[in-house]
Amino acid sequence: MKQLLILSGKGGTGKTTIASAFIKLSDAKAYADCDVDAPNLHLVMHQPSEPEMTDYYGLPKAEINPDSCVKCDLCRQNCRFDAINAGAEYKVDYYACEGCGVCEAVCPAGAVFLKPAVAGELMLHAGDKVFSTAELTMGSGTSGKLVAEVKKQMKAAAQDIDLAIIDGSPGIGCPVIASLSGADMVLIVAEPSISGISDMERIIKTAEKFQTKVAVCINKYDTNIENTEKIRSFCQKYELPFAGVIPFDPDAIKAINNAQSIIDIDCAAGRAAKEVFNTTIKILNA
Amino acid sequence: MKIAVLSGKGGTGKTLVSVNLASVAKEAVYIDCDVEEPNGHLFFKPEDIESKDISVRIPFADVDRCNGCRKCVDFCKFNALAYISNKLIVFDEVCHSCGGCTLFCPEKALSEKEKIIGKVQKGVSGNVTIITGILNIGEVSGVPIIKTILNSINEDKEFTFIDCPPGSACTVMESIKDADYCIMVAEPTLFGVHNLNMVYKLVSLFDKPHGVVLNKCLEGENPAEKFCIEKGIKVLGKIPFESELGILNSDALIAARENEKYRDMFFSLLQIVTKEVQHETIINP
Repeated sequence: MKQLLILSGKGGTGKTTIASAFIKLSDAKAYADCDVDAPNLHLVMHQPSEPEMTDYYGLPKAEINPDSCVKCDLCRQNCRFDAINAGAEYKVDYYACEGCGVCEAVCPAGAVFLKPAVAGELMLHAGDKVFSTAELTMGSGTSGKLVAEVKKQMKAAAQDIDLAIIDGSPGIGCPVIASLSGADMVLIVAEPSISGISDMERIIKTAEKFQTKVAVCINKYDTNIENTEKIRSFCQKYELPFAGVIPFDPDAIKAINNAQSIIDIDCAAGRAAKEVFNTTIKILNA
Repeated sequence: MKIAVLSGKGGTGKTLVSVNLASVAKEAVYIDCDVEEPNGHLFFKPEDIESKDISVRIPFADVDRCNGCRKCVDFCKFNALAYISNKLIVFDEVCHSCGGCTLFCPEKALSEKEKIIGKVQKGVSGNVTIITGILNIGEVSGVPIIKTILNSINEDKEFTFIDCPPGSACTVMESIKDADYCIMVAEPTLFGVHNLNMVYKLVSLFDKPHGVVLNKCLEGENPAEKFCIEKGIKVLGKIPFESELGILNSDALIAARENEKYRDMFFSLLQIVTKEVQHETIINP
């Protein structure tokens, strides 16, 4: 299975818009949304059936039993995450706790214990096409591990498939790094703004650090032609394959707001996305 | 007052709102907590930059003392240690710096060293002090950088604007933790509304007073505005979708400093936000 991952560095450049168009254009038999703390792909990829849901357990959270606590303060002194509050009763800040277990191990009274905590919900649509997605529980931090689970359940459900398309998350940190693992190529959706260029350079360096092949396309290219040219010359300078441009198109917003992909309607952005798709597949298979 | 600006969805205009609000204040501190992709400095182009490395503590083993008991390997919940071919290996990138392995090694074979994961830059642009967190490429978590910045603000300015990362995970939680007020920036799309709902749940969970700025507003129905009305969320202001503003912003220019119309718009928004925050402090001190 070849995995094409869509990333951008900067948020809001059009990852999900392009991923949904590519999924439909390739008639992909497997796809996933790895943006677990702001997932949107399911909004435009209608599913014929309800998903199979699984609770995702992140690391456990510490709790203190007030009846056995001797208030020795060792847990608070040794917690690196400032997750223990002293007071009339010692309490764990649920959101600050990272589940490392140091407090449990240092407690001389056996008053601290670790309790499993649901950190998100995995959803799998496994019909003729496999769609794997998840949503992080509010207040949970471990999005990288949940991303790894999203990809794992997609792969397990879709074994003999040529191409999987994966919608990624913004940034360059843990969820992005988790999504890069196993990807055959990253398509970067760049935006012609100074911020977009800076963010694009950082995500390209991140993908290269993890030895993943990169191609670049520009969305809303006509909103700032000068910056579009800067991105093109950047790609030429560093010999990065260029997959094409997509114009700003109010019809694209209308399509999304009607829960449709841009290729479901006849619009300029949809037509351009088709060309970008064809070029991307050529680069992927080259 | 500390005001966090967040959005859930990326690209809705967090940096636009926080940079411009800081610019129209008499004096302000602007903190860029989007350490993975910081952009505020591109707008402010700050001068007199002071830079400080940020590091985390990670374990390293004294091979002569390690007897291969694997207590550290078993203890580590993050699987950051392995004992392979008679050698203890540390996987820096997954280590959460909890210190447990070092604390519990019976042979005292483990100690900690500093590992640089990024930096904080401080500079000035007119009336604004700019503090930017920058995560090094390939590093997993920016949380230690955000913690360091927010724990060390000693600027005595009326306004502190915290430009948050997108999403709703750990870096966002850390960024809003000490905020007095949260501004959620939303765009009028189906995606925007879905992610607004997620951060709305987050700010409610953390009991933060909050309001919404509607960005990229066009004529006609605005799904984000509809959401705010349904949930009874205060709409602080509306920023129109205008190509003039779009071009200024895409060229990393501060609209409020370039154009009187936008200066007035952000100044009114700042007044509304100030009133809201003061109101919240009175009823909820």
